[in-house]
This record gives sequence, C-alpha cells and structure tokens, in this order.
Amino acid sequence: MADQAEFAELAMPYMSALYSAALRMTRNPADAEDLVQETYLRAYRGFGGFREGTNLKAWLYKILTNTFINTYRAKKRRPEETDLDETEDFYLFRRLGGLEAANAAQTPETEVLDHIPDEVVKGALEALPEQFRMAVLLADVEGFSYKEIADIMDVPIGTVMSRLHRGRKQLQKSLWEFAGERGLRPEPAQPAGG
Amino acid sequence: MDCDKAIHRIYGYLDGELTVWRRWAITRHLDDCPPCAQGFDFEVELRQVIATKCRDEVPPNLKRRIAEALGEPLPDEPADT
Repeated sequence: MADQAEFAELAMPYMSALYSAALRMTRNPADAEDLVQETYLRAYRGFGGFREGTNLKAWLYKILTNTFINTYRAKKRRPEETDLDETEDFYLFRRLGGLEAANAAQTPETEVLDHIPDEVVKGALEALPEQFRMAVLLADVEGFSYKEIADIMDVPIGTVMSRLHRGRKQLQKSLWEFAGERGLRPEPAQPAGG
Repeated sequence: MDCDKAIHRIYGYLDGELTVWRRWAITRHLDDCPPCAQGFDFEVELRQVIATKCRDEVPPNLKRRIAEALGEPLPDEPADT
C-alpha cells in the first residue's frame, strides 16, 4: 500500500501536465484550476489504494478524467454523442503542398508547423468534440498507450483507436481552419511560367 | 504493401502499436516510397508540435492552493528563520 506522506512528492511534478490537460478539457482557466485541485484532493484521499509500481501518471489522469466527466460534464444533460465525418489522409500535409513534386523547392511543410502559434494549436484541439479531444490529448500530448487510454477513459481499445483515427484527422482540418482565420496559411505555390 | 495499406495503418505504426511483422512491412514500403515517407515524417513532426505547443504554466496561486490543501510546505518559499 502506498504511503500518503509520499503522495505530494510523487504527484506534484505532474501538476503542469494535469493543468494543461484540464485546460483542454474544460476550455476555461477557472474550471481547469478547480478540476486540478479536486483531482489532487481525490488522489490524495485515494492514494492508499494506489498500487506502487503501477503507473502513477495514468492513475492521476484517470482521476482527472473521471472528475471532469462527473463534475463538469454533469452540467450538461447528456454526454456529447458526436461523430466526425471521414477526413482524407494526410489532410494537412496535402494542404501545405506535400506530395506534389512541383513544391519540392518550397519551404518544407514541417517548417510551417513550427511557426503556428501555440494558441492556434490549443484552439484547434479544443474545437474537437469531447470524446475525440480526450483521446487525442491523452495520446498525442501525454503519450499514453492505447491500453492506458482505454483504461483512463473506460472504453474498449477499439474505441480508442477509432476516436484517435477520426480525432487526429479532424484536428488537422481544425488546424487548417484556425490558421486560415488568422491569416497564417502559407501562400499557395505560384504556377510556373506566365 | 501499397500506399493505401501503409497509410491506413499510419497511426498504429507511429504509436508503436503494430505487430513486428506489420511494422516491418510498412518500414519497407516507406524505404521504397519517398512521398509516403515524407507524409509519415510530417505526421511525426505534427505530433511533436502539438505536444510542445499544448503546454501551459500552472498559475502560482493554484500551486499554493494545492500545497495548502495537502498540508504541504509551500514550494519555492524560504523557510522561516
């Protein structure tokens, strides 16, 4: 059994990651702060039940996710039951001129990515419907495995995979739209000759 | 393996969640197909950008609230002398 006295020392280093995740979930700094505080309190109280040697980070995220669902989502009458349209593969890469030999001399597509402001990326992620947003957040920002995400979200692994698949593609679309609204899209390639 | 199949399994590949055999088949395809290889590289880069840019600083006031709630000494504050 884990010792509560150890809790702060082990769990405090995850605060920044948990707060970032809470912001993406609640989309509101005041709610995010309350959510993180509530998560720490619940984790502290339940720390006796945490099995040492298992993944503390995943355990904390499960509490964060449950607290979010029970407290914040409970404000809505029912969970979001959204689905996403199928998006083509390499959506963003294609928009940036990838896969076209004619653009080989242009700015590399990856360099464009570095210039996207943080706020655009955050906004694009936050624009995803909740179930997709959570899956993408846990996988791509936090680096959890399918198995860990399935456990955190309490859904089958196949569901995790399908949410990630659709969510990631939609995120690319969302990034493209956000970049467009802010005038951040790269100039289209000029046709050769004239 | 053709492009469609490779792209279909891109996320499993990038997530390290494929069997060794499937992983090997995709790696071989990428070796032979520069456009797919570039697309895969782009997805890797995009993921890193997303992970890096979605980090937020914890407000000091939140750190304080949590430390207090847990009965911990406040971090980054000098002890009484």
